[in-house]
This record gives sequence, structure tokens and C-alpha cells, in this order.
Amino acid sequence: MNAPAPIQQKQTTTWEMYRSIVGIGAFCALLIVTVFQATEGRIADNKARFLSNAVAQVLPAARSTVEVALDSNGALVAATAPANLPVFLGYGENGELVGAVITAQGMGYADNITVLYSYSFDLEAIVGFKVLESKETPGLGDKVEIEPHFLANFEALDARLGGDGTALLNAIVTVKQGEKTEPWQLDGITGATITSDAIGVILNRGSGYWLPALERDARDFQPPQASEE
Amino acid sequence: MALKQVSSTDEFIKGLWRDNPVFIQVLGMCPALAVSNTAINALAMGAATTFVLVMAGLSVSLLRNFIPREARIVSYICIIATFVTCVDYAIMAISIELHRALGAFIALIVVNCLILGRAEAFASKNKPGRAMLDGLGMGVGFTVALFFIGVVREVLGSGTLFGVDLFADGFQTWTVMVLPSGGFFAMAIWLLLVNWIRQRQAEAEKQDGERAREATS
Repeated sequence: MNAPAPIQQKQTTTWEMYRSIVGIGAFCALLIVTVFQATEGRIADNKARFLSNAVAQVLPAARSTVEVALDSNGALVAATAPANLPVFLGYGENGELVGAVITAQGMGYADNITVLYSYSFDLEAIVGFKVLESKETPGLGDKVEIEPHFLANFEALDARLGGDGTALLNAIVTVKQGEKTEPWQLDGITGATITSDAIGVILNRGSGYWLPALERDARDFQPPQASEE
Repeated sequence: MALKQVSSTDEFIKGLWRDNPVFIQVLGMCPALAVSNTAINALAMGAATTFVLVMAGLSVSLLRNFIPREARIVSYICIIATFVTCVDYAIMAISIELHRALGAFIALIVVNCLILGRAEAFASKNKPGRAMLDGLGMGVGFTVALFFIGVVREVLGSGTLFGVDLFADGFQTWTVMVLPSGGFFAMAIWLLLVNWIRQRQAEAEKQDGERAREATS
């Protein structure tokens, strides 16, 4: 009685392995590059439109904006290339300076939160706020985007500079919901404590960095060519 | 010929109910629980997953004789990741707001075991047409399941459907339903319902069989 012959499996050669992996890699790379090229312009347009709409929301008086940056001496200059966290000066219909829009970022509960807020030179206060990017918990952390009492903080959140103009007179801080007593305090959100605290930290840090230079240089800044909103 | 037509239709239909990826196979739970907090997010994630399922199924099927057995997993993952990247770009090109809402979960489609599972179990053993039908059926079944979960969570958790308020101002929303734990609750409700229906169907079929046997004896 003969034993059954063992099943012979075809041996894969090294060449076949190389051929398949390199071939699939090349096919995938080609596809990704093609789709990237096809969508690149549209994505850039969408991002620019999204940012432009956000700027218009937080500084509705602005009819044109100029992106600015700080040079190596800390002086305000026109930005030569779009920044990851751009800062804009906003100009009204007659070319008058109506405010600044600052993008800032910091750690929230789940991930980095990126916000956009506007600063009024007349009021020396933060007068507009919008979350650009956030992965905070739906229903809890994301209340900072919609909760009316929290958004009311930004009707005029005090951001005056101290006497020497190098730092905020009062640090912007978040307090417990209902315990706001000072104009530089953010009335927090119960149930979104970490996120609302994070917004306070982000605004304080962003303002502390940008407002001294903006207050010192923005009024005398000569916009090269303002972009229409 | 007629038999082949019925069989192809079955490839599509099976993903909707009999082998539904979420309610029956319980696959792809990460996006099913994480992105189903609103109905529109559930539909968008379902559509993106369906596209990847169909295109990955087509590609794996076309290349099934070209990919050695030893290199199949790395090849499938590479193909799936490519189509996920394409979907990511496409969604950004369509709407930045939608891309923001779906967050990191688009990228996580790569590790959705449903897609790798269909590539390995079906597409690598079948012709391209059938692989695409299988992917489409599974994708639609996945989308429908996510939508059902999303509706329950959005209605109870936010009091809205597609962002439209459904209740009077006094309605107290169940915030827990839009949190991750709400995904498990909604999932459990649907699993109970689906299994109850399937049990009733099985019992009805059993009784029909017994009646038929009695009639013939």
C-alpha cells in the first residue's frame, strides 16, 4: 500500500517577491502622486477659503488683510510666505487699521487645538474667536465652539499690555463657570474644564507673544498690497 | 447564465443583511463606534470605506496571480493605504469642514479589519467583477449600519438629525450618547434588535420545514 504523495507547494522565488512588492509600491506611488497633483489646487483653494471665511468671521470690519511676521529683530514685517500659524492685520474700507487676527495653537484634552482670534487696537481686547482645528470630545470639549456663555467672553476680553509694552498687564486665565469677576478672565465650561482651560492658556501665550510687537509696530506698518477679503 | 446573474446579485446582497459587516460579523468596530456620533459623519465614513473596499477589492483581484502568498498581507495593506490616502485627498478637495469632522478616522480606515478581511478572504480568490460587487455590498452594509447607529446617537445625544432640531427647547439631551460609551450603547441596542429578528426568522424557517415534512409524510 503506497503512502499518499505530499502536496507540493510552488516555491516563491526571490525575483517574484521583489517583482510583486516593488511593482505594487510603484503602482501605489504613481496613484498617490496622480491624485495629489489632481487635488492639490482644489485643496489649497479650500484651505484658503476656509481661513479667509474664518478671518472674516472673527474680524467682520476688515475688508482686506495682510499677513505679517516678525523678523530676526522682533520687528513686524510683511510675511514672505504663508505661515503655519498666520497672523494678519485687517484694514477697513478706507484703509484704516481695524484689528489683528492671530492664529495660535496649544494642547487640549485629546490633541492640539488651533484657534483664530481677533484683537482690537482701540479696545485693547480680544473681540472674536473661532476654533480652526480640534479633536476634542464631541458633546463636551467641543462646547468651546458653540456654548453661548463661553463665546460671550470674546465680546471684549481684556488684553492690555503693561506699562513697558512688553507683556500682558493681566494674564488671560480661565476660571470656573460663573466665577468670572475680571474682564481678562474667561468664564469656563463645566464639563469641558480641560478644553476651556486650554483655550485660556493658548490665548495668553499667543497674545503674550504677538501683542507687544503688534501694538508697537502695527499702526505705522505700511501694507505692501492688501489682499481683498 | 441565469444562475450566474443570481449568484452575482447574492454577492452584493449578502453584505447588506446575512453577512452584514457590523451587525453580524462585528468587524470595523473602531470607526463604527468612533465616527457614528452624528448621522452625517456616519454616512461620510461609510462612503469613504465603501470606496476603499471596492477599489481595494478590484486591485487585489486583478493582481491576485501576481502577488506571492508570502507577500500578500504587506501588498494588501499597501494597496488599501494607497486608496485611503486618495480618499483623504478627495475629501479635503470636496470640503475642509467634512475633513475636520472626520478627523483622524479617515487615516484609520487603513487598519479597518473589514477591508483587509475582504481582500484576503474574497478578492484574492475571485474575479474582479465579483470582488467589486462583494466590496460594494459590504460597503453599503457598513454604511447602513453606521447610519443606524449614528441616527440613534445624534437624536438622543444632540436632539437633532442631520443638524436639524427635532425636539422642543425643554428636551434634555443624553450627552452620554455622543461620547464613546454612547457608541457601545447604540451598538448594543442594534445588535439586540438584529439578533432578535434573525432568531425569529430562523424559528419561522424551522417551523415551515417541520410543517412541510408533516405534509409529505
